[in-house]
Amino acid sequence: MTATALKNEMDTTGSQHTMAWQKVCTKADLVEFSGVAAWLETAEGPAQVAIFYLPSQHSKGLNSELFALDHFDPFSNAHVIARGIIGDLKGAAVVASPIYKQHFRLEDGQCLEDEDVKLRTWKIEFKGDEVWIEG
Amino acid sequence: MATQQQLIIIGNGMVGHHLVEQLVESEALTQYQVTVFGEERHRAYDRVHLSEYFSGRNADSLALCDADYYATSGITLRSSECVIEIDRSTHEVITDQGRYPYDRLVLATGSYPFVPPIPGNDREGCLVYRTLDDLDAIQAAAENATTGVVVGGGLLGLEAANALRGLNLDTAVIEFASRLMPMQVDSEGGGLLREKIEELGVQVLTERATQRIEDGETSRHRMVFQDDKVLETDLIVFSAGIRPRDELARGCGLEVGERGGVVVDDQCQTSDPAILAIGEVALWNQSIFGLVAPGYQMAKAAFSTLTGGDTHFSGADMSTKLKLLGVDVGSIGDAHGNQNPGARMFRYLDPIKQEYRKLVVSSDGKKLLGAMLVGDNSVYDTLLQYYSNSIELPAEPASLILPQSSGAAPALGPDALPETAMICSCHNVTKGAICATIDAGAVDLGGVKSATKASTGCGGCTALLKSVVDHELEARGVEVDKSICEHFAYTRQELYDIVRVEGIKTFSELIEKHGNADTHHLGCDICKPAVASILASCFNEPITDAAHIPLQDTNDTFMANMQKNGTYSVVPRVAGGEITPDKLIALGEVAKKYSLYSKVTGGQRIDLFGARLEDLPDIWSELIAAGFETGHAYGKSLRTVKSCVGSTWCRYGVQDSVGMAIWLENRYKGLRSPHKIKFGVSGCTRECAEAQSKDIGIIATENGWNLYVCGNGGMRPRHAELFATDLDDEQLYRTIDRFLMFYVRTADRLQRTSVWRENLEGGLDYLKEVILEDSLGINDELDRQMQTVVDTYQCEWADAISDPEKLKRFRSFVNDERPDPSIIMTSERGQPRPA
Repeated sequence: MTATALKNEMDTTGSQHTMAWQKVCTKADLVEFSGVAAWLETAEGPAQVAIFYLPSQHSKGLNSELFALDHFDPFSNAHVIARGIIGDLKGAAVVASPIYKQHFRLEDGQCLEDEDVKLRTWKIEFKGDEVWIEG
Repeated sequence: MATQQQLIIIGNGMVGHHLVEQLVESEALTQYQVTVFGEERHRAYDRVHLSEYFSGRNADSLALCDADYYATSGITLRSSECVIEIDRSTHEVITDQGRYPYDRLVLATGSYPFVPPIPGNDREGCLVYRTLDDLDAIQAAAENATTGVVVGGGLLGLEAANALRGLNLDTAVIEFASRLMPMQVDSEGGGLLREKIEELGVQVLTERATQRIEDGETSRHRMVFQDDKVLETDLIVFSAGIRPRDELARGCGLEVGERGGVVVDDQCQTSDPAILAIGEVALWNQSIFGLVAPGYQMAKAAFSTLTGGDTHFSGADMSTKLKLLGVDVGSIGDAHGNQNPGARMFRYLDPIKQEYRKLVVSSDGKKLLGAMLVGDNSVYDTLLQYYSNSIELPAEPASLILPQSSGAAPALGPDALPETAMICSCHNVTKGAICATIDAGAVDLGGVKSATKASTGCGGCTALLKSVVDHELEARGVEVDKSICEHFAYTRQELYDIVRVEGIKTFSELIEKHGNADTHHLGCDICKPAVASILASCFNEPITDAAHIPLQDTNDTFMANMQKNGTYSVVPRVAGGEITPDKLIALGEVAKKYSLYSKVTGGQRIDLFGARLEDLPDIWSELIAAGFETGHAYGKSLRTVKSCVGSTWCRYGVQDSVGMAIWLENRYKGLRSPHKIKFGVSGCTRECAEAQSKDIGIIATENGWNLYVCGNGGMRPRHAELFATDLDDEQLYRTIDRFLMFYVRTADRLQRTSVWRENLEGGLDYLKEVILEDSLGINDELDRQMQTVVDTYQCEWADAISDPEKLKRFRSFVNDERPDPSIIMTSERGQPRPA
């Protein structure tokens, strides 16, 4: 079932989407300074999420060490964002798409090369050693 | 202002068009109503590059302007309309179609090819080489011809010979004088030129005067010479000089020279002040100028005369730089040294490389009066600057023409040029003008070119222009930043040295110690893969180790090549392209089992496409069990060593090229480098492995191996250069060891050996000194480094599949076993492909 179909079904029932925190994996599943992909079932339907882990002791001056973005790369139409290289450009932590190399800000998903493109983001945090996402 | 005056320009060649451009770009069109008559069908085109008509260009691409340029500029262009008379009493131009009044008239009728008065010169298939229509006629005549002769061994004659060669005719050139290009070169230069041209298969006959042309026996024509010798040919092109098209001027009584040409003054005015003449029809100070640059200068002077300016024509430098039949010929100033009494000459002749250079210097040895070059024009620009700006020569003028390797060849840097130095003579752009555009805001080469038109004419000044622009930009503090990215203020080479000298083994250590302070120290997709490559070259730790994983491009991370739908391709190593039937079967079975599209690569191995991320470990377990190892197709590293079958099977092979290819591939597999590296090994000189298009090319000889380096195929093909000859096996790999390590150490990121070599100061000779003569004393170190890489090789896939921690990323989802449902395949020609 696609995300859109599920969403419509939900809408016809007239209920509000409720964002809920859910556990997706543990710290051991993550790769430091790199990404993994997770399958997320949400009230709006399933989603592929790219999760990036930047341990704070090694990166200077970032507010967060966990980021969750859409795994879907709108430039190649493939689910590959988690396999991109992490970096920082002009002061912002970014991931570079592994296919055509556009950069997306980890904080808000904004594409640096095309201001009309922005990846969806989710709230994400550690609860102990567990990784939780609001979605 | 009074009513517009009628300005008529007769002739729509390069010079006439140049005048039109001057008029369009100025305010002059408010003053003049301009009409241009062109005898040819085509609007003005680039006659200098006429021979390219046979190598793919057409009338449109040779045209000097867009088809609607004249109309949109408000100028009337009457093509295919021939002027037959000028009536000075009524101020009218009479054509085959009507009468047109003029207030001012410009003759830009150019010249025509001189056809010697030889009986039979009007036979069918006796042609000239001047216009596009002439070229069409030559092409048509060549269709049923096998041989062609050019009468005239001057500049245009050799161009015409090149055109005939391009039409696949057996070509001969006949010259009346004792050597080719007698105007430009002396007997030594002419001899060399002849040698080189004959090597191209063009027959050269000098001191031949054709007496008559008659029916041939084996060909259409027979040319009979002064000594009754004969030459048979199907096609004859006359290119025995040009004559000014001055018949209109004669017809209306303008003053013409004894040997033709309309006499003009410094303002390009003829004996009738209402009429001007420019280009090859004009005779200035007893001289006709048969080059485009002086013609352009006359056009500028005429424009000035028409618009009340004070630019005069004061003669022109006839220095030329040509490439005729692929042979460089250069002539500067008094190249023969016969116009300056007391002049001294330096000559350098290399009969092996076939290069000849001559300097004509003043009696005190301080000024360059002229120069002559055959076979190599690389010093032309420098010499021209010495000549045209009267720059004082170095104490040893000969150093300017001696081979580069035998001492410092003092190239004249851009800062040594005065402001008045002419950089682009086609468009009259001086160094001062270039500086002015930069001061006015041009920030790069493209900006300067569009503002000044420099280098948009014949293009001969391209390299000089670039060096002047670069230098001026740098002088203004527009620094060409060579930092690899915003995280490090170093080049790749500098980072390499830091890593090696300080023994830094991780990216985080490097960026903490040497990174720019004002970043988050995360690096980026530029510096991280570059540093990963440097670390691998130096220490060769597995790239899948935890510290290195975040540095890699996705291809290195997953040790496969990502394709456009997010799946990967898998290329196991097939060293030298040799593969057993069992291994072929194993590949087929894996491809079948995992639904992989299979294709043979250019590097003699097999690429399996469409592998899903989560299948990669299983695919590799099976491949490794079948005896395969990783092929590094994903890495900036050694890819393949292509080979021909060599002496084992081939009746021509002189060495075992397959054996050597396998041995070399196994030696260098896993070497990480600035970019990918490809080898080829051919078993004989027939070169079936195409080794000369590889970074390292090896060709077997009777005595061993010849080594070629820095070739490339792909987007910008480059032949590899011969580096060493007749090496035995050990000499061969030792030399390659050093060469590769020196490349790894000094190249820029993503710089193939070909580009690296072209940017290497000192070029191939320097490289030979370093590698073959150990001029830097680093060969022991290079040897050790390569040995470390060879000794520490391990198959990255074998390493990864034995380590569960490294395999944990080979899942589509960290929390779900399902494969990525968005990957959808369809079928084509019996194989899968992305939907």
